[in-house]
Amino acid sequence: MEVLAFLIPIALFLGGLGLGAFFWALKTRQFDDPEGDSRRILTDDWDDRPKP
Amino acid sequence: MTAAFPARPSACPACAVAPSAEALAETSAPREARLFLSLPTIHCAGCISAVERALHATPGVRAARVNLTLKRVAVEADPEVMADDLVRVLEGIGYEAHELDAGVIAATATDKAGRDLLMRIAVSGFAMMNVMLLSVAVWSGATDFTRDMFHWISAMIALPTIAFAAQPFFRNALSVLKHARLNMDVPISLAIILAAGMSLYETAQHGPHAYFDAALSLTFFLLAGRYLDHRTRAVARSAAEELAALEVPRALRLRADGTEETVPIAEIAPGDRVRVKPGARVPVDGVVAEGQSEIDRSLLTGESLPAFAGPGMALSAGEVNLTGPLVVTVTAAGEDSSLNRMADLVAVAESSKNRYTSLADRAARIYAPGVHLLALAAFLGWLWISGGDMRLAINIAVAVLIITCPCALGLAVPAVTTAASGRLFKRGMLIKDGTALERLAEIDTVVFDKTGTLTLGTPEPTNLGDHARRDLEIALALAEGSAHPLARALADAARKAGVHPVPLTDIREVPGHGVEGVLGGKIVRFGRPAWVGAEAGDQTAAWLRVGDARPVAFTFADRLRPGAEEAVARLRAQGLAVRLVSGDTPAPVADLAARLGIEDWTAEALPGEKAALVQALGEAGAKVLMVGDGLNDTAALAAAHASVSPATALDAARVASDIVLLGSDLAPLGEAVTTARKATRRIHENFAVSALYNLIAVPIALLGFATPLAAALAMSASSITVSLNALRLR
Repeated sequence: MEVLAFLIPIALFLGGLGLGAFFWALKTRQFDDPEGDSRRILTDDWDDRPKP
Repeated sequence: MTAAFPARPSACPACAVAPSAEALAETSAPREARLFLSLPTIHCAGCISAVERALHATPGVRAARVNLTLKRVAVEADPEVMADDLVRVLEGIGYEAHELDAGVIAATATDKAGRDLLMRIAVSGFAMMNVMLLSVAVWSGATDFTRDMFHWISAMIALPTIAFAAQPFFRNALSVLKHARLNMDVPISLAIILAAGMSLYETAQHGPHAYFDAALSLTFFLLAGRYLDHRTRAVARSAAEELAALEVPRALRLRADGTEETVPIAEIAPGDRVRVKPGARVPVDGVVAEGQSEIDRSLLTGESLPAFAGPGMALSAGEVNLTGPLVVTVTAAGEDSSLNRMADLVAVAESSKNRYTSLADRAARIYAPGVHLLALAAFLGWLWISGGDMRLAINIAVAVLIITCPCALGLAVPAVTTAASGRLFKRGMLIKDGTALERLAEIDTVVFDKTGTLTLGTPEPTNLGDHARRDLEIALALAEGSAHPLARALADAARKAGVHPVPLTDIREVPGHGVEGVLGGKIVRFGRPAWVGAEAGDQTAAWLRVGDARPVAFTFADRLRPGAEEAVARLRAQGLAVRLVSGDTPAPVADLAARLGIEDWTAEALPGEKAALVQALGEAGAKVLMVGDGLNDTAALAAAHASVSPATALDAARVASDIVLLGSDLAPLGEAVTTARKATRRIHENFAVSALYNLIAVPIALLGFATPLAAALAMSASSITVSLNALRLR
C-alpha cells in the first residue's frame, strides 16, 4: 500500500497539468469560437502550404 | 414624385439596418483600423473561407477572421478602408453584412463572467474526477486506515474547491435570503455546504460514509447548467447590443456662419438649426426652415406614401428625408422628442411582461420549500425513532438533501433553452429574453405590421407592361436622373426588361417633386401627380407627362419580404389566427392581405390603437405574438405576450421585442413557434424525469439506506438523462 504515497500525488499532479492546460487555453481565448473552429478543420485552404 | 415607400437610406437590406454606417462614414473620418461586421447568414466552413478570401483580396485589408459562433468577422485594415466598402464586397459574393460599432463590440467581446464560470467548472470537474477516483476505492471495500486516509485526501481536494467553485450559488442564495425569499440557489447551497460539513465531521469520526464526491458533482453539474444559461444569454445580449450599436445618435448642426458641425444629439437645444441630408433620419423634432423634400414617415406611422415637406412643415424625430437637403429649426430634442415619448409608452407596457413567471421559477417555488421540509421531517423523525441520536438523524437529513439535489432541475431548463436558441440562432433568430421561448410556445394569435415587416419597404413597379415602349424609354431616362427610391426601382426594372433610355437634355431634379428634362423641345416630367398635372389616386404611383400629352401613371407596390408568404402559411397551418394591422391607407393593406390570404386586417391604425388592439385581444384571453418594426409598433410589441421584430426595425422596436430576426427572411418565424413548443414540452419532460428520480430515491434516503454511491448514481443518471433529452431538440 506504500505505493499509494507515490501514486496519489502523481495522479493529482497529472490532473493538475490538464487543469493548467485548460486555464492556458481559456486565457489565450481558444474557446471564443467553438462553432467556427470545428468547421475550419474542413476547409482545404491551407492544405498545400502553411498560412503565411 | 408620388412615392410609396418606407425609405431606407440605402438600397441593400443589410445597410438598411445600419443607417449609422453612412452617418459614421460621413462624420468621423478614418478612425480605427479594426472593423467588425455582422454576418447573419454564414453557417458553414465554405462560408468562412469565402468571406475571409474575399476580404483578404480587398486592397487595404491586412487580416480578417470570422467568428462563426457570434456570426461576425473582425477585419484589420488600413485606416482608409471603410466598412461600407467591405459590406459591398461581401454582398457581391452573396453574404448579408452589417457594420458594427467597434467600441461597443470591444466591450462585449471580453466575456468575463463566462470565462469565470468556465474556470470554476474546470476546477470543480478536476476535483470531482479525482475525488470520485478515491471514492471508488472506498466503495469497493477500503476500510479502516485506508478509508480514512482517502476521505482526508478527498476533503483536502473538495473543501477548497467548493469554497472557490460554488461561490456563484452562495452569493445568489445570500442575496435572495436577504430579501426573505427562496430560489433554487438556496437548496443548492444548503446541500453543498451540509454535504461537505457532514462529510468532514464523519471523516474526523472515522465514519463509513463521506459525500465529498456528491458535493463536488453537484457543484460541477449545476455550474454546467449555469454556464449554458449564461452563454445563451451572452450570445443574445452581445448580438442585441450589436444591433443597438448600429444607431449612433448624431446630428449636423449649422453654426451661425452657415458651416456644419457634427454633434451628439444630447447637445442639441431647441432653436438650433440642423441640416438633414437626403437619405438620413431626422434626429430631432422641428420645423423645416429651408429646402424642399419628401419625408418618409413609415417607421412612425406605418404610412407607405411619403409626404411632401417644405418650409413651415413640422417634422418628428425618426422620419427619413428622401430627396432634397433640408434645414430644420429644432423645437424639441432628446428626451422631449416624439421618439422618446413613444419609448415611454413601451416602458408602461413592459411591466406586464415582467410579471411572467418562468417555468424554472415556478418549479423552484414548489421545490425549494418541499425539499427543506422533507429534510427537516427526516431529521425530526429519526431523532425520535433513534431516541436522540443526533449524528444519525443529521446524516439521514443530509442524505435526503443530497439525493433530492436539484441537479437535474438545474439543468432541465438551461439545457433545453440552449439547444432551442442555438437551433433558432442558426436559422437567423435571436432570442433576447430568457422566458421568450416559453411565452412564444403559448401564443394562439399572430398580429403582423405591414410596412417594413411583411413588406421590405422597397417598391417595385407593377404595370410596366401597360406602357408604350417610348414612354418607358423616357421614364427610364428621367428616373436615372434621380436617387429617389421609386425612380431607382423603376430604372432597375426597366433596365432588366431591356429598355434603353432615350437621350434627354437638361435633366434636373426638383426636390420634393420629381425629375424633368427636355426631349426634342418638349418638356418631359416624371414625379408627383400634382406637379405633373394629374389626379392623385390611392395607389403608390409616379406620373410621366410628355409635352402636353395626358399623364400616365407608373404604379408601384411594396415588395414582399422574402419568406413572408411561407411564414404566414406555416403559422396558419399550425392553427394560429393571423391578423394584419397597419397604419397605412386601406388600399395597399387590403391588397397585401389578399396576397397573403389574411382575412382579418385593419388599416389606418394609430400607434395607440395598435397597442389597444393587442391589449384587447389579450384581455379576451388570446395570447398574442406581435411582429412589427416601426416606432408605431413598439407599444404593441411591448403589450403583446411575445414579440418579434426584424433586424431592420427601429432601435426602440427591437428593444421592445423578445426575438429579433437577423436576416431579411421572414420564413424562420413559422419554425420558431414549432421549436418553442417543442422546447416547452422538453422542459416539462425534464421536470418529470427529475421528479421520477426523486420519487425513487427519496424513500430510500428517508429510510436511511442512502449511500454516497447511490447518491452519485442518482445524480449522474438524472443529469445525463435530462441533457440528452434536451439534445433531441437539435
